[in-house]
Amino acid sequence: MADNMSPEKREEYWNKTSKLMWTIMFWWFFFSFFIHFFARQLNEIVILGFPLGFYMAAQGSLISFVVLCFWNASAQNRIDEEYGVAEE
Amino acid sequence: MAYEIGKGGFLANLGKVYGGYTGGFIGFTILLGILEQLGTPNLYIGYAFVFLTIAVYAYIGILSRTAEISEYYVAGRVVPAFYNGMATGADWMSAASFISMAGGLYLAGYANLGYVLGWTGGYVLVAILLAPYLRKFGQFTIPDFLGTRYEGNAARICGVIVLFSASFTYIVAQCFGIGIITSRFIGISFELAIFVGLLGILVCSMLGGMRAVTWTQVAQYIILIIAYLVPVVWLSTKKYGVPIPELTYGQALQSIAELEKSLGVVRPHSAAFVDARGQFSWVEFHNFWALVLCLMVGTASLPHILMRYFTTPSVKQARESVGWSIFFIFLLYFTAPAYAAFCKLEVYSNVIGQPIASLPAWVQNWSQVGGLLTIRDANNDGILQLAEFVINQDIIVLAMPEIAGLPYVISGLVAAGGLAAALSTADGLLLAIANALSHDIYYKMIDPKASTMRRLLVARVLLVIVAIIGAAVAGTRPSGIIQMVAWAFSLAAAGLFAPLVLGIWWKRTTALGAILGMMSGFLVCLYYLVGTRYFDMPLWFGIRNISSALFGLPVAFIVTYVVSLVTTPPSKEMQDFVDSIRTPAGAVKAEAAH
Repeated sequence: MADNMSPEKREEYWNKTSKLMWTIMFWWFFFSFFIHFFARQLNEIVILGFPLGFYMAAQGSLISFVVLCFWNASAQNRIDEEYGVAEE
Repeated sequence: MAYEIGKGGFLANLGKVYGGYTGGFIGFTILLGILEQLGTPNLYIGYAFVFLTIAVYAYIGILSRTAEISEYYVAGRVVPAFYNGMATGADWMSAASFISMAGGLYLAGYANLGYVLGWTGGYVLVAILLAPYLRKFGQFTIPDFLGTRYEGNAARICGVIVLFSASFTYIVAQCFGIGIITSRFIGISFELAIFVGLLGILVCSMLGGMRAVTWTQVAQYIILIIAYLVPVVWLSTKKYGVPIPELTYGQALQSIAELEKSLGVVRPHSAAFVDARGQFSWVEFHNFWALVLCLMVGTASLPHILMRYFTTPSVKQARESVGWSIFFIFLLYFTAPAYAAFCKLEVYSNVIGQPIASLPAWVQNWSQVGGLLTIRDANNDGILQLAEFVINQDIIVLAMPEIAGLPYVISGLVAAGGLAAALSTADGLLLAIANALSHDIYYKMIDPKASTMRRLLVARVLLVIVAIIGAAVAGTRPSGIIQMVAWAFSLAAAGLFAPLVLGIWWKRTTALGAILGMMSGFLVCLYYLVGTRYFDMPLWFGIRNISSALFGLPVAFIVTYVVSLVTTPPSKEMQDFVDSIRTPAGAVKAEAAH
């Protein structure tokens, strides 16, 4: 149980959690900011009538946010189970 | 409606209850549609939508009344992830999202996609940095967390000050929106309409606190999303034969781009980072990022949103619930640009360049409502030029049913949706403020021995007082809806984000560091906001004051960091407390931290 987890185990658990946090944070930054820096260039590409730069800000990044949140939930659950700290 | 909230039966049958409710609402709309065809006047249809939906919310509010502290403050922590996601969606999407956002996109094109991005991406931050840990902490309010982690009432009071400033600014904006919708659809004065709307807010929240607000917000989400999607799906089917506006509006964007050339529009709809002359501009470039950042961080700092994650049964469900929240919010946000594109195409192809005597019916209808749509034949040639047509951003969504040639009943539906959006957000905010005052100030600091009955009484009285003050301030029409909302985000981001995130993720954060960081970030933000808004202070680096947190946020982090390093590290007990909220299982070691 979590209360009598050894300090080493606890640190290992938190390192894994932090690593997941930074991974998601990286993609968050990528879809929130990085690709939109190139919105003007992406707008040259047109798919189904959508200029790509516009599309990414109007839909593409939003879809990625939904995926990131569910991905985070399931990946963190796996870590919790691996270390036996998931709730009953 | 043979159900009672809280009898176990209700929670086991949520799908049935809300499924039946959704079916009932659709049936009600169809019935009104038939009545309209039979000759019922439009005004009665407007009445039916406004009053019946408020009556349903009040009914849920009364069914959910409670005399238990944990039900009043955190809905008894029994709200499943999926439904908490819906409730958060309604809590989140306000009059600004529902009414003004699509209109802003119509007017500013790409530049306003900053709102679409900023008001969604913040949930990723909520999911990874805060929600599960705040749920594990498991108290009642955000200042509760600050007071525990930063050992005492100083941090708690600072938290309440920031919470109050941000949430109150936000609630004034919502009362304003409620006033506009109510006055337009039941035909009473703006000032009176605010107070009618206020009753609608209070019946939901006063008796049942968070429990009532939660189950009402789920009901409100269902209405607002149906109301938002129906007109635009209809129009997409009619124009392009596909009922998915999010796919078909690309074609509208193409037609707009061609028409822009022939009409001589200098600022194209899809062009990124351009100024009014259509040229690339660094100022626009920087402001876009500043706004996106402030809105995202603000999302992860607004107490009325964060406290929704106190209500789930477990940490695991809190995480999943963030996913459902963003999904339900996404449904509306990725549709908003379609509204803007369809409306713009309609205006460019069927309004501009037409003889003023034979404009489409919707233009004529709306130009008669005071000042929202003006047509002025400046050169007296009888033809409408682009410059002679001025449209207010708040009517795009409201006018869409008429643009699509839908019966009036759909306009009533949209009004009900807008009202649901504004009421649900106002309720969440009101509860956040009143709970902070009653729980953190009254119970934790003034009278820790107060009985349950007395605590609930104080909470309810404060709720009513804050609601009345909020409505009274809104009656003075202090500023535009979107602007006030953006200020609220900046204030919350600058004041609360650093102490919350560092408190969980950096054990070395000390009480003094957090308090000074919180206050300096908040004050820098407030200084910039007030200075530029009211005292003609020049803008720093050309950043508009809706993104004031851009300056407050780094100050908060740097001050917290530096002061923490020069003060004594937190005690062993405090470090154990932080450890205990980092893991989902096990007890929270909060007693040790006091």
